[in-house]
Amino acid sequence: MTDRIKEPWGQRTPFGRDGEWPVRVDQFLEEGVSEDDVDKWVQTASILHSNGDALDIAVKDGRIVGVRGRAVDRVNRGRLGPKDLFGWQANGSPDRLTKPLVRDENGELVEASWDEAMGRIVGRSKELLEEKGPLSFGFYTTGQLFLEEYYALGVLGKAGLGTPHMDGNTRLCTATAGQALKESFGSDGQPGSYADINHADTILLFGHNMAETQAVTWMRILDRLAGEDPPNLIVVDPRPTPVAKEATVHLAIKNGTNLALLNALLHEILANGWTDRDYIEAHTTGFEELEATVAECTPEWAAGICEVEAEDIREAARLIGGSQRLLSTVLQGVYQSHQATASACQVNNIHLVRGMIGRPGCGVLQFNGQPTAQNTRETGANGDLPAFRNWDNKEHVQELADLWNVDVMKIPHWAPPTHAMQIWRYAEQGSINLLWISGTNPAVSLPELHRIRDILLKEDLFVVVQDIFPTETTELADVVLPAATWGEKTGTYTNTDRTVHISEAAVEPPGEAKHDLDIFLDYAKRMGFEDKDGAPLIEWEHPEEVFEAWKECTRGRFCDYTGLTYEKLRGGSGIQWPCNEENPEGSERFYTDSNFNTYTTTCETYGHDLLTGAVNTEADHRSMEPNGRAFIKAAKYLPTHEEPGEEYPFLLTTGRTIYHFHTRTKTARAPQLNAAAPEVWVEICPSDAEGLGIGEGDVVRLESVRGAVEGRARISGIRQGVVFAPFHYGYFDEKGARPDGHPRAANELTITDWDPVSKQPLFKVGAVKVTKLADADGVAAPAPTTTASAPVGSGGPDPEQTTGSGRAGVTERVGG
Amino acid sequence: MHLSNYLEYLRKAEANLARGFRKIAEGHAAEADVYHTSMTLAMQCEAHVEVLTPFCEHYGKEETGEPDRLYHELFTDCRSGGLGLLRDLQDLYLMTNACDISWTMIGQAAQGVRDRELLEIVNACEGETATQIKWLRTRMKQAAPQALIVAS
Repeated sequence: MTDRIKEPWGQRTPFGRDGEWPVRVDQFLEEGVSEDDVDKWVQTASILHSNGDALDIAVKDGRIVGVRGRAVDRVNRGRLGPKDLFGWQANGSPDRLTKPLVRDENGELVEASWDEAMGRIVGRSKELLEEKGPLSFGFYTTGQLFLEEYYALGVLGKAGLGTPHMDGNTRLCTATAGQALKESFGSDGQPGSYADINHADTILLFGHNMAETQAVTWMRILDRLAGEDPPNLIVVDPRPTPVAKEATVHLAIKNGTNLALLNALLHEILANGWTDRDYIEAHTTGFEELEATVAECTPEWAAGICEVEAEDIREAARLIGGSQRLLSTVLQGVYQSHQATASACQVNNIHLVRGMIGRPGCGVLQFNGQPTAQNTRETGANGDLPAFRNWDNKEHVQELADLWNVDVMKIPHWAPPTHAMQIWRYAEQGSINLLWISGTNPAVSLPELHRIRDILLKEDLFVVVQDIFPTETTELADVVLPAATWGEKTGTYTNTDRTVHISEAAVEPPGEAKHDLDIFLDYAKRMGFEDKDGAPLIEWEHPEEVFEAWKECTRGRFCDYTGLTYEKLRGGSGIQWPCNEENPEGSERFYTDSNFNTYTTTCETYGHDLLTGAVNTEADHRSMEPNGRAFIKAAKYLPTHEEPGEEYPFLLTTGRTIYHFHTRTKTARAPQLNAAAPEVWVEICPSDAEGLGIGEGDVVRLESVRGAVEGRARISGIRQGVVFAPFHYGYFDEKGARPDGHPRAANELTITDWDPVSKQPLFKVGAVKVTKLADADGVAAPAPTTTASAPVGSGGPDPEQTTGSGRAGVTERVGG
Repeated sequence: MHLSNYLEYLRKAEANLARGFRKIAEGHAAEADVYHTSMTLAMQCEAHVEVLTPFCEHYGKEETGEPDRLYHELFTDCRSGGLGLLRDLQDLYLMTNACDISWTMIGQAAQGVRDRELLEIVNACEGETATQIKWLRTRMKQAAPQALIVAS
């Protein structure tokens, strides 16, 4: 048994380059239950991060009693991360929402029947359609529903109501990933595969604390590091993450300077001729612009901006330049930071100028933060058109109109889809009057929370919230719909590297909670949405019917699902799209022939200017004659919008740890995970702490122009001038924690600002001041000691402090 | 030679456009993207003014009388609300287009007088001006339906 709170990545199973990753099956059953007691094992995959680890749910007497990894799966080969091992316990939490709630005449939320709750929503919807039309509707969804639910939502929103205002919190997690892929390669869709880890000789992890956000993928890298011929690791992160600790070169750059560093890396690669000229000539366009842009970006220049050593930048460039098989992964340190899309595109450019794409070990993984974020991008629940169609391409829109049998005018396509932050702005201004939030908790996850609370409380905004627990957001809703969750419903979802898994219902949802799909279908039915012949627009009843319809939507498109069936996904392992007649077993890598999806007729976007987000027209695109060549796009570094100054001298960065996930609605209800990181904390480096007279565990206040957070200080190895607070701590689980009393949501502090191209909000840059409120009195910060927040120096807590206290013992069977 | 008049005209137009971007940023600061992008573009225009200045001085020696109304202002103050934003962006759109065509004409003249340095400046700046136009167009297209149909 391994204590998987204390040792989150478990035991090593080393393997060498080009070898096969050994199987290790992780299993955790609740106390008193043995394998023999389990009535059945039900197939599913993780819903707590974007890895897509396959696992089976153990069911006993109609209840979930544990999980084990699936040895046959290509993604995890049986391994599970701590969140998967323990997170399922939240499903059985006694405070699940089990009945619809509506606001009564005193303003209180009271229990109601489904008829009453849906009646109110449909009543208000019909009024609004009559008075103001479809532009008064907004939908804000999540990265945690299933493909079938997103597609149904997309169809009812786009072809039923006809609103362009559909997005979700995937805007906070994955928007830049999708956008960077579109800008460089013409279409969304990950070029690489997790298997590239097996083959790479150099791995570049850019703003990606993989050890904590995708624990199982990190185990694969750890096993390569422990095996023969290990890869070099280049890590860019201002924090001493577990990833940085394994690095060959760690560049702890100042937040918000990613683009400066990347331009310098490209400068070095170009200046030293570490390029593949034939590849550039044959398969790319725009190289001259990049050359001109990075010409002056020497390591010394970037060192001054990023505040790291020029020699370290040179060394990183040398490793990249000398690699034969380079794998790069990117996440929120880039996506939620300044010049996000421009930076993510430069990582693509490194691969393009070195001709390292489409071959084993030569992958780019623009990661997702949330488990089913990929599906929102595919189905259009994030506002894009389904199956990677281009909103600005009339033929693409017509295809959808034909598929759904609606007038093409019904489908909003006159401008780029409305992004999440704009949806909230329209609600603030009063032109969106119905906002339907599903499976997410914006009152904790969005920037500048006081503003979000004010919007949700607006008299002229009717707020519907569909979720599984009472949250900070349901509290402010007009109607609350109790939903079923993972393990209680059937559907499919797709991970970062395009692997599709099926997830089966193992148990019944509690009380009157309903499947998300059934809620959307019920709304469509009650609204009486029709196609152009007067027939019902949506006639599906079961997830499998929606999946079959979705397959038709993807036929011939880049994300072709037509070769998949529920039956094919059952029993075996996940399968990567495109899966069709030509690729019946799925496709490991894209662009193996370096023929990119940049044809004007097929591409998903005509592209944007990386500095401003200005969109290109079809004529602009055609005139560039990409015709299958990838775009090399460049941009100059600009200083961040909010620089620290006299009053607010520190840079704030936020993030998550291995023990918590999205606003902690589930992870705070899993005892082992909650105990490992129960309360917010503030990380500060020893010299900054000393200057402010702050010691380990002292209560401190972080303050920006927008709000404040209070928590205990952890003296950690974070870079000087930067403080960190974990995001997604809210107010539901601690008495006394309140925005106006003991504020603990990091997003009280964060700025309303977003990347001009991807529209992803900035959570990694903002100016704050730090003040001490009280002495520690012998209490340490409630931060894990096993992760990036590990204490440094003397006088801190026991480095072994974070354990599962005997309740986190997990069986690890190497070899199966 | 009238090149000096046009250089001076463009310098004024760029300076005024910079002020316009700053005003629109502050007047519509609640639109976070408008605020930040406009501030960036204002700096771009200010840089244009700076690189034009030595050429204005150089060709200014040969300055002749301006034609009437060579220069006039389109935008002075911000309006409020969604429709106001749209209208303000539209004014800036026209101002940016005036700069754009001026760059083209000055580029033509620079070719004629074989002024390599001036031509380089034109090439560097007119692309930025073209992107400013594109951004304004993008932002107006995005805002128009909501502002014209449902905004109060």
